Amino acid sequence: MSEIVLQAKNIEKSFHDPITIKVLNEINFSINKGEFVSVIGKSGCGKSTLLYILSTMDTDYDGELLIDQISMKNKKEAELAKVRNEKIGFVFQFHYLLNEFSVLKNVMLPGLKLGKYSAKEVEFRAMEKLKILGIENEALKMPNQLSGGQKQRVAIARALINDPLIIMGDEPTGNLDKKNSQIVFDVFKELAIEEKQTLLIVTHDGEFAQKSDRIIEMEDGKIIRQ
Amino acid sequence: MNTKLIFSIAKALMLARWKQTLVAAVGVVFSITMFVTLLGFMNGLNDLLDSLILNRTPHIRLYNEIKPTKIQPIDKDPNYKSSHNFVESVKPNGGRLEIYNNAAIMSTLKKDKRILGISPKIAAQVFYNVGAIDMTGTISGIDVEAENRLFKFSEYVVGGNYIDLKNVPNSIILGKVAAEKMLAEIGDVIQVTSAKGERMQLKVVGYFQSGLQDIDKVQSYASISTAQKILGKTNNYITDIQIKLNDITKAPEIAKEFSEIFEVDAVDIQTANAQFETGSDIRSLISYAVGITLLIVAGFGIYNILNMMIFEKMDSIAILKATGFSGKEVQKVFILIALSIGIVGGLFGLLFGFVFSFIIDNLPFNTAAIPTVTTFPVNYDLKFYLIGTLFSIITTYLAGYFPAKKASKIDPVIIIRGK
Repeated sequence: MSEIVLQAKNIEKSFHDPITIKVLNEINFSINKGEFVSVIGKSGCGKSTLLYILSTMDTDYDGELLIDQISMKNKKEAELAKVRNEKIGFVFQFHYLLNEFSVLKNVMLPGLKLGKYSAKEVEFRAMEKLKILGIENEALKMPNQLSGGQKQRVAIARALINDPLIIMGDEPTGNLDKKNSQIVFDVFKELAIEEKQTLLIVTHDGEFAQKSDRIIEMEDGKIIRQ
Repeated sequence: MNTKLIFSIAKALMLARWKQTLVAAVGVVFSITMFVTLLGFMNGLNDLLDSLILNRTPHIRLYNEIKPTKIQPIDKDPNYKSSHNFVESVKPNGGRLEIYNNAAIMSTLKKDKRILGISPKIAAQVFYNVGAIDMTGTISGIDVEAENRLFKFSEYVVGGNYIDLKNVPNSIILGKVAAEKMLAEIGDVIQVTSAKGERMQLKVVGYFQSGLQDIDKVQSYASISTAQKILGKTNNYITDIQIKLNDITKAPEIAKEFSEIFEVDAVDIQTANAQFETGSDIRSLISYAVGITLLIVAGFGIYNILNMMIFEKMDSIAILKATGFSGKEVQKVFILIALSIGIVGGLFGLLFGFVFSFIIDNLPFNTAAIPTVTTFPVNYDLKFYLIGTLFSIITTYLAGYFPAKKASKIDPVIIIRGK
């Protein structure tokens, strides 16, 4: 059996304001190394909520989350930040690039934060990642000079900089047109096949999901098919 | 490594909003400038006013007070030693103004290492005779050289040469106002009458101006020997010994010591001029209050600008947190921004403060009351600059702390999901 990188055990979550509503119920699944998993479901089924729990940013839940076989329960905020920095790459619906920095610096930031490599090496690695995504020529531009599709690719490069255990995406193609969606999907697919990158992508784009290795379908806070 | 990264993020955020940053920094510059200038100027004035008194006031004055004797003859009678003796209508005994054995006292004082110098003095009550009118006055008999060395006598002599007082026999330096009243020119001879009724002719060799009208109306100076002649006393008659110490703060204890050793009255400068100390303290207090208020206002400016910056940069903060920056590190970024504004603004403030002080220091300021002063007084004490720096750092840190704390608490999930 291949290595499990992420495991959810009985994850439950409720919102208490204004009345208590259970948004996630008995979520149990695991993701193996190298898998390209997409999570689908209708709006409000809890798929994004689940993703933020899995990403360690939301800590208000019951149950247990294991990343790289390590429980995320009872970890301090700074420790979780370190886990995110080292093991998780994010791609959001909106690109979230820092307009104050160049494209290259945006990609480098999480690498500099990790501090595993020198600034020179991080820069070299960032260029490599940009090359993989075919946007190395835009490296010195500012983010606001790029098109939507290019920005999203920069965001993916940023997610890749620390060679994360898993890349999580929250509707990464939600804001893009058909052509750019296709490009982004191809990039993910390529990463999955060539780099054996583990991917967990939340989407409501059925077409996108169909092309991934495995689909987890959710409804009303429960997994109905995986 | 991480510190460098935090620095570069702070720098980028500041540069992205450089106009706001500049406005915040200008606020700090302005307040520190005013703080330094105000304190320098206030304290310059304080020093000036203090020096009006301090320069000419001995740190300790030894003298004999006119007062009733504490020990009455009956107390010395062995038969009544253990009883309570009541003596009514006790009157002070006159003619005791003289310091007995003053030559011995002075030679002892001259050997004392704590003492910078001593100057003997005779205080003589006189009448200036102007035609049919007698005006009351005081003539101080002084050792001209010692008086000049210790109390800058020459600075207050506005006409004539002060040393003539020593060289010309039977000479007098008249108070400026008194001289005007008597229409006495330098070289004129005036007549004074002592309290005992003895008359004497004195030659005016100069004018004396202290800047205090009431003093200049009555106070005149003569040499010790002239004063002794006016009073009809022998040449060992001295009423006061003025002492200047190396360390003024020790005056009260030394005064007490001398009073016991030499059996004379001794008054220290702190006791004699308590009101000046109070006045200086209050003026300093006011200038500190104004300066610190300015700084606090500047602090609020920084607080507002940082709050706005955080509001604008919610997305950036969220993504920094999502990609692995902890709340503490985000907080550091914003505190760093505040501190940079504070330190850079503070340094420029000190510089401008110094420049302003320098300008004020060179503005002409002529007052008849203080002849030695030609420009506005300014104190360049390093203390004010240090306090200014310290306060600029403290206020900007506090102004940055609360917005930074808020930034560190931003929940990335809420920001990212909100889109």
